[in-house]
Amino acid sequence: MSEQDVQDWIGKQVAANDVVLFMKGTSETPQCGFSMQVAQILGHLGVDYEDINVLDDMSVREGVKAYSNWPTVPQLYVKGEFVGGCDIVREMFQAGELQEMLKAKGIANNAQTETA
Amino acid sequence: MAMAAADIERLIKERFPDAEIQIEDLAGDGNHYSASVVSEDFRGKSRVQQHQMVYEALKGNMGGVLHALALKTAAP
Repeated sequence: MSEQDVQDWIGKQVAANDVVLFMKGTSETPQCGFSMQVAQILGHLGVDYEDINVLDDMSVREGVKAYSNWPTVPQLYVKGEFVGGCDIVREMFQAGELQEMLKAKGIANNAQTETA
Repeated sequence: MAMAAADIERLIKERFPDAEIQIEDLAGDGNHYSASVVSEDFRGKSRVQQHQMVYEALKGNMGGVLHALALKTAAP
């Protein structure tokens, strides 16, 4: 894919899915500790998400970094918005902010039942 | 390829002269560090913006020479 095609393709994935995780590996078989941590947090919260394995396509692996102006993978997007990488997602999860944000954006997650 | 803790600190200090910076080498391989950066420049900025500011200070090393940098940023 050309650079512009990659940016368009990434934009479509981010727009078409409520929650998208660009990661190394897949949610079932993550290939990197940081990607695994974010996948585990989303799994723990019972959030449905589209996992995109950047190792399948180098142009996507590089393209997503330009797309969000963020130099690393994993990258989490919720309702089209870049949320962060592993550090930020973990920090937000520990502070309960991730759960609140998901709830505010109408995305089902286990935390709702825990605190309701 | 690796990066020395002192180089990371120098680059961050250049961009954030007022910052309090702690850098920890997580793996001893020059590739995996944690860094905490406290600077007035972060006030009012989102976490993503704060981290992007630090990545910019690292002038393209992040994700290349520097594989992993666990970042903690805050305003004083």
